[in-house]
Amino acid sequence: MNDEYKADKLCIHHSSFCIHHLIMRLLRELLFPVVAVVFAFIVGGIIVWLVGDNPIQVYKLLLGSALTWPDGIGYTLFYATPIIFTGLAVAVAFRCGLLNIGAEGQLYTAAFATAWVSIKLGGVVVTGMSGVPVQPWANLPGVVLVPLAVLTAILVGAAWAGVPGWLKARFGAHEVITTIMMNFIAVGIVSYLTQYHYRTQGDPIMESAPISESAHIARLGSFIPGLPARLPVNVAFILAIVACALVYVFLWRTKWGYEIRATGANPQAAEYGGINVRRQIVLAMAVSGGLAGMVGVNEVLGYHHRYYDSFSDNYGFAGIAVALLGRNHPVGVFFAALLFAMLQRGGIHVDAFSEHVSKDLVQVLQGIVILFVASEAFFRGSFGRFGLLRRSKV
Amino acid sequence: MNELFNLNLLFSTIRLATPLILAALGGMFSERSGVINIALEGLMLAGAFTAASITYYAGSPWVGLFAAILAGACIAMIHAVVCIRYKADQVVSGTAINILLTGAPALLSGAFFLSSGSTPQVPEQHLIPYTPIVIAFALVPLTWYVLNRTPFGLRLRAVGENPEAADAAGVSVNRMRYTAVLLSGALAGIGGAYLSIGQSSLFTRNMTSGRGFIALAALIFGKWRPVQTMLACLLFGFTEAIAIQLQGVRFGGEEIPNQFIQIIPYVLTIVVLAGFIGQSRAPRALGIPYQKER
Repeated sequence: MNDEYKADKLCIHHSSFCIHHLIMRLLRELLFPVVAVVFAFIVGGIIVWLVGDNPIQVYKLLLGSALTWPDGIGYTLFYATPIIFTGLAVAVAFRCGLLNIGAEGQLYTAAFATAWVSIKLGGVVVTGMSGVPVQPWANLPGVVLVPLAVLTAILVGAAWAGVPGWLKARFGAHEVITTIMMNFIAVGIVSYLTQYHYRTQGDPIMESAPISESAHIARLGSFIPGLPARLPVNVAFILAIVACALVYVFLWRTKWGYEIRATGANPQAAEYGGINVRRQIVLAMAVSGGLAGMVGVNEVLGYHHRYYDSFSDNYGFAGIAVALLGRNHPVGVFFAALLFAMLQRGGIHVDAFSEHVSKDLVQVLQGIVILFVASEAFFRGSFGRFGLLRRSKV
Repeated sequence: MNELFNLNLLFSTIRLATPLILAALGGMFSERSGVINIALEGLMLAGAFTAASITYYAGSPWVGLFAAILAGACIAMIHAVVCIRYKADQVVSGTAINILLTGAPALLSGAFFLSSGSTPQVPEQHLIPYTPIVIAFALVPLTWYVLNRTPFGLRLRAVGENPEAADAAGVSVNRMRYTAVLLSGALAGIGGAYLSIGQSSLFTRNMTSGRGFIALAALIFGKWRPVQTMLACLLFGFTEAIAIQLQGVRFGGEEIPNQFIQIIPYVLTIVVLAGFIGQSRAPRALGIPYQKER
């Protein structure tokens, strides 16, 4: 720690140039997640071997199939989209010192809301349980409807996350517990609305009526040459990249972002520095929830074209893994999400082509990765003498 | 309306509360010692899967139950090492274990039983439908006694409230916490075992379906105290029993959506946490890794 401190001071001293120090810092930031992933893969490999399969073959299937053009890459980007959003969501809250375990609930309410808008304002007549057709309110064209649906997803996600934020700021209720509870409440309410009010009569599946066609957003394949339009990756992926950039600007280039980070680093000091800590907590949760809500855009407007009950493949929890592995930085989140998306894509092939191992291996790997990333002290203890894995400041 | 509130409902409440009580009491040991345990869900899954598969192989539910206790404790050991030795964020570690345990049983059953996520049926004579209920309700006064009337309990509470003082008095903070987290794994393991070889006769994918989180809610609702927590578990078990009984029942032609009954425990917990009904105060050192002074 001491050496680093000196190095930092030195940098300030010769403020002109210090590439060496910068590279060392970058290496430290990069090396630790990579080492954690390698360790997780080794443990996962041992499990695969114990179960009776060849780890190398399984990993070849797992990672190799995700890199084929166009299907592998197309699906990987599609799977990456929701977990980029939830990863960003967890990262923003984390920068404020909050753990948002509620992305799952936020994305469900947001996805339903975005479907609701696309039905109600998209001119879709719903024949619910009762069999009595319910008329829509309006039939808006796509240029108005799509932005409105996206905005709804963000706002509803933000509101659903804002409640735990407010409960924390106002009453000191721990956000971890309240967000977990809000997840179950979200699932209950949304599945009630789907089952009793927005399901087409006689539909055996728990899903809403299809949304208006003018609310569909384009698949990337429809305008990128060479990419087949059958691949589900859609404009939401581009929005995810934009979100990464916006989160970076928000956190490091705006006053609000600064205040959120100050609150996360030391709430007492922030309070003394004149920052309204309570407001930052609610703000950080709302931004976090809005990002989680964007998952609804990918799933409803871009893929299912309806609200599909329990569509989320634990995206909210995968977001925690993604954020941790990505060091709560948008760039890190993006690449961590790609990695987990590759695994998810590969998991399908593992299911089909390996003898014993199923795609559940992906979740096992995800769990182990989080455990290793969380146990940073383990690596610092074992590799500390190489000087590379020590925690860098900031 | 009257035929709803019968003896059947009472029994069903007790049956549904049993796994909650076991897991919540487990969580109590861990949290009173200062280690957050949101891994209860995963620990229960570990117990449920192990109990079903070992009972199937060994032909004895007692071996299965014992294995479930061991499995719960082993997984809890991971949580303990990560949180206590490596001072990781306890919520993050708990989440990781929950994710790990949604995948691991399915992976193993796929490999050993060639099924996608469930174990083979355990024959009826090898099920233990009543013993875990007795264990659960016997553990409530026992836990109360251990926590409030024994030196072990005093140390456990001290470690969770004021670890520095406990350390100064000669209590090994980390050893107490390891013990407490292992106990929580063992108890949640029994809770899981009851689900697979008590209430049911096999393990199915994700069979806890959130019960670990309801147990956690009950623990908070019960203010981290044994008797209150048991009452909270009974209340939550009761809401679940009502939800089951009301399925398909119609009042004046309208079906009652059981989603609204199912979310009651979660709403109540938030209300209590916010301090609208009484205060629920967590152990003071909850979630803070202990750094011994040099």
